[in-house]
Amino acid sequence: MTPELKGFLLLSVIKMVIVFTIIMVGVALLTLMERKVSAWMQNRHGPNRVGWAGLLQPAADGVKNILKEETFPAQANRWLFTVAPALSFIPALLLSGVIPFAAPLPVDFDFTLGPLGRFVHHGAMPMVVADLPVGFLFVIAISSLGVYGIALAGWSSNSKYALLGGLRASAQMISYEVAMGMSLIPVLLMSGSVSFSTIVAQQQAGLWYVMPLFLSFFIFTIAGFAETNRLPFDLPEAESELITGYHTEYSAMKFSFFFIAEYANVVTVCAMITTLFFGGWDIPFTDWDRSGGLLPTLATWLVFFLKVLFWVFVVMWIRWTLPRFRYDQLMALGWKVLMPIALAYIMVMCVAIYVVESVLGITSPVPASLALFGLNVGLGILVFGLLDSGVFIRGSGYRQQGRLKERGARTARAAVTG
Amino acid sequence: MAIGVKVMKRPEKQVSYVRATLKGMVLTFKHMLEKKVTMQYPEQKSTDREHGLGTYSLSPRWRGTHRMLTDEQGRSKCVACGLCPQICPANCIKLVPGEDEEGNRYPLIYEIDEFRCIFCGYCQEVCPEEAIHVGTHFENSEYSRGRFVYDLERLSSQTHAVSTLWDPADPKGE
Repeated sequence: MTPELKGFLLLSVIKMVIVFTIIMVGVALLTLMERKVSAWMQNRHGPNRVGWAGLLQPAADGVKNILKEETFPAQANRWLFTVAPALSFIPALLLSGVIPFAAPLPVDFDFTLGPLGRFVHHGAMPMVVADLPVGFLFVIAISSLGVYGIALAGWSSNSKYALLGGLRASAQMISYEVAMGMSLIPVLLMSGSVSFSTIVAQQQAGLWYVMPLFLSFFIFTIAGFAETNRLPFDLPEAESELITGYHTEYSAMKFSFFFIAEYANVVTVCAMITTLFFGGWDIPFTDWDRSGGLLPTLATWLVFFLKVLFWVFVVMWIRWTLPRFRYDQLMALGWKVLMPIALAYIMVMCVAIYVVESVLGITSPVPASLALFGLNVGLGILVFGLLDSGVFIRGSGYRQQGRLKERGARTARAAVTG
Repeated sequence: MAIGVKVMKRPEKQVSYVRATLKGMVLTFKHMLEKKVTMQYPEQKSTDREHGLGTYSLSPRWRGTHRMLTDEQGRSKCVACGLCPQICPANCIKLVPGEDEEGNRYPLIYEIDEFRCIFCGYCQEVCPEEAIHVGTHFENSEYSRGRFVYDLERLSSQTHAVSTLWDPADPKGE
C-alpha cells in the first residue's frame, strides 16, 4: 500500500466511525423527539422522567429492549425471521455514507506509525464517507433494498397481519419509487450530474433547487414520506387494521431494529431533501463557507444538521397532523397523480431548460435559475389549483353519488324488465 | 320502526385537500405552543391546595379509604350500633360490639377490609354518630395483603380529610 492510500483509508475509517455514531445516536434521540413532538402537539409533556427532560429515555428504552425475551412464532421461518431486521437496517445505514454533510476540510499530514508505515494525505478532504460519482442513483438503488427486509419480515412471521403488512409495504414502496425516481430527473437535467458534491456546488453557484425545481421537490417529499412508511403513508403498519403490520411478531432488539431502520430512513430522506433541494451544507448569501478551514467546515456541518433537523421535524409534524390514507387512495395518489405530474414536469423542464439556455442564451446560473423559478411559480399555482379544486382527487361525495346513480339505474332497469 | 341512519353530506366538488392539510398543520403547530395540561403526579397531586391546575381538584364525591373520627378523649365515636355492617353491600365491615360498666356500647373489634370495600360510602351515610367516614386518600400501596384490613386503631389514626360525599352548597346535586 502506498502512503497516500493508507492516509485515505485512515481518514475514511475515521469518517465512517463518526457518521455511524452520529446516525445511531441521532436515531435514538429522534425516537425521543418524536414522542416529545407528538406530546406537545397534544398539549402533553412527553417523556420527562428519565434523565434531564427525559433525555435518557432512549437509553432506558434500549436497555429494556435488550433485556426483553426474544420470541419466535412457532411456524416462522427462523432464518429469514432473524435476518429480516438486519436486511432493513443495513441499507438504511449504508445510505448515510454517501451524503456530504459539510464543506471539504483541508487535511495535511505525513507521519509514520511504527510497523503500519507511513500515512500521507494532502489537500481537501470531502466531508462524506464515499463521494460516489453515481450519487443519488446509489441512494435510490439501495433504499429500494429496504423493502426486502420489510417484505421478508412480514412473510417469514407466518402471520396474517404481518404478511398483509409486508405485502402492502412492498406494493407501496415499489409504486412510490417510480414517482421518486422520476422527480429526480429534473435535478439531473439542471445539474448535469448525479453526484451529490456536484449538485451542492451547482446550488451554491446558482439558487437552491427548491426554487427552479419546486415541483420536483414537492413530488420527492411526498414520495419520500411514502418510502419511509411514515404517516400519512404508514399502511404497512396500520395499527387499526394490522396491529403493527410487518413487525407484529417481533420482540426485543429485533423489533427495535425496525424502528432504528425507520428513523435512519427518515434521516436519509431528510438529508436527501436538504442536499438536493436546499443546498446541502451551503450557507446562503455568503462565499465564506467555501473558503476552506476548520471553522467553515464546522459551521457548514451545523447548518446541514439544522436543515436536516428541520425536515425531520416536518416529517413528525405531518405525522401528527394527517390521518392515514385508504389503500386505494394511496395507490391512486402514487400512480394517477404523482407519476403523471412527474412525467409532465420532466417534459416541461426539458423544454424550459433548453429555451432558457439555448434560445434565450441565459447561461449564468442565477438568472437562469430565476427564469425557471418564474416558470415554477406558474406551474405550482396550476398544479396546486388543480389539486385544491378536487380535479385529481375527488371528494368522497363524488364516489357516493356514483354509487347512488348506479343503484338508481339498477332499480330503473329492474322496473323495466320486471 | 326503521332505524334512522345518519348520512353525512360529503363534498362532491371543490374539495380542498391542500388547504385542509395546511389548516391542520397550522392547528397542530398552535397546539405545540399552548400550555400543557398534564398534571405531574408525584410532584403535583389533586389533593394539594397549590398544584396550580385549578380544575383538577378531587371531586367532593370522591370516596377513598376510611377514617374513624374520635372524640376529645381520643376514643372512637363509634357506638357499635351495627348499622354500617348491616348496610355494607360488600360485607366488608367486621364489628363485635362491647359494653362498658356504665352501659355505653363501644366496638371491641372494628375492621374494614379495604380490598372487599366498593367505596359506596353507605357506611358514612348511615352512621348516626358521624364516626366512620370515607376519606380523600387514594395512595394505598402496601407490602402485604393483610395490611389492607384496617383495624380500629388504624382507622382512628388516619388524618386525611373526610369525604363530604356531596357538595355542601348543593346537597341535592342540582
